[in-house]
Amino acid sequence: MTTLRIPTPLRTYTGGKSEVTVSGAKISEALTDLTTQYPAIAPHLFNENNELRPFVNLFVGEHNIKDLQGVETPIKDDDKVMLIPSIAGGSPFPLKGEGSGMGV
Amino acid sequence: MMGKDNMTLLDFRLTESNTIPLDSLAYHVGNTPLLPLRRVTGSLSPRVRVFAKAEWFNPGGSVKDRPALNIIQNAIINGHLANGKRLLDSTSGNMGISYATFGAALGIPVTLALPANASPERISILKALGAELILTDPLEGSDGAIMKARELAAEFPDKYWYANQYSNEANWQAHYVSTGPEIVRQTNGQITHFIAGLGTSGTFTGTSRYLNDQLPHVKTLAFQPDAPFHGLEGLKHMPTSIKPGIYDEALAGDPLEVKTEAAHEMVIRLAREEGLFVGISSAAAAVAALQVASELEEGVVVTVFPDAGYKYLSDKKLWERA
Ligand SMILES: Cc1ncc(COP(=O)(O)O)c(C=O)c1O
Repeated sequence: MTTLRIPTPLRTYTGGKSEVTVSGAKISEALTDLTTQYPAIAPHLFNENNELRPFVNLFVGEHNIKDLQGVETPIKDDDKVMLIPSIAGGSPFPLKGEGSGMGV
Repeated sequence: MMGKDNMTLLDFRLTESNTIPLDSLAYHVGNTPLLPLRRVTGSLSPRVRVFAKAEWFNPGGSVKDRPALNIIQNAIINGHLANGKRLLDSTSGNMGISYATFGAALGIPVTLALPANASPERISILKALGAELILTDPLEGSDGAIMKARELAAEFPDKYWYANQYSNEANWQAHYVSTGPEIVRQTNGQITHFIAGLGTSGTFTGTSRYLNDQLPHVKTLAFQPDAPFHGLEGLKHMPTSIKPGIYDEALAGDPLEVKTEAAHEMVIRLAREEGLFVGISSAAAAVAALQVASELEEGVVVTVFPDAGYKYLSDKKLWERA
């Protein structure tokens, strides 16, 4: 099982949960599990063609799946996956090791 | 909330350019070009024109120079920034860049809380300008940065002066005294509709209040992202966000809604059909303005383009589309 961290604006659709446990060997499967558990979240993440919307960023550990294999990126059981709206190409780890005040 | 009737003369300093030295950065804030959209307007009635204030012409590169300068000038006059106090605020980037720009020029140290997923361009610019950055949990977005700034302000009142752009009246007043009058002058008073996106709501609120006072027939409209989870950097989905203290819900009415994908499509069209390389919220403003314009037989629609495209280049997929 993988832990998926949910951003504040999407918690309305996960019953207020900030973390959801999902199963799957790759991101696409984990997201299918997420939308099966919480169907109302689906239109916020996927477009009509069932593609991930362009501003939706997923980080496996510190890596954006856009820089890996996209939704085909494999995930392991104890991986932490973060769902974050882009703010243009932003990474949640921009100043790694510089003593930031971020809570991750 | 303080009404515009309570404004003191100090609040009008932004337009009193004769009080600002000609060779200062501050002198070049405002008086931005009003550019016509000529080609993306194809299907409109020939008697409808659409214009945008090109806010990237400001020295700090965005519309936020106006409120930042006004907030800093008021704070200096009121002695809030004396004794080496640091200016503290939360920002999604642009306001921070404006604070850091004028802070550097005036010798005022600046501390900013911003979400860690702010674009790398913004973070690099802020570091170049010497601002102290406190990165907040990306999962909490701009509201997380607001909470952090509030916390620091409460904990260290002697160290920081909390500028609080979301509740500082000098934010919207900057637009009342500059953006509003410029638009009236640049359209020869012929503006019929004004539409702006909502972040702090300063741009919309200040400009609309001025227009409503001077030209009451002008329709003033607001727009926001269509959903809580969106990619329109700088804008807020008001129903699910911490409401800015300066937000005037009665004035904003029922804001129009813009979908991120529509803005992404427009950002490419503006670049390739108009030669306007602008940011995502500018493209969203164009979408909203064109929607308003499409329902008119005749009129002059004005919107605001908050910044240029440079700070969004790291989103490579966005720009390289065919
Ligand atoms: C890119 C961009 N667009 C729009 C806005 C919204 O402007 P306002 O805060 O005046 O509502 C901001 C504000 O930070 C911004 O940075």
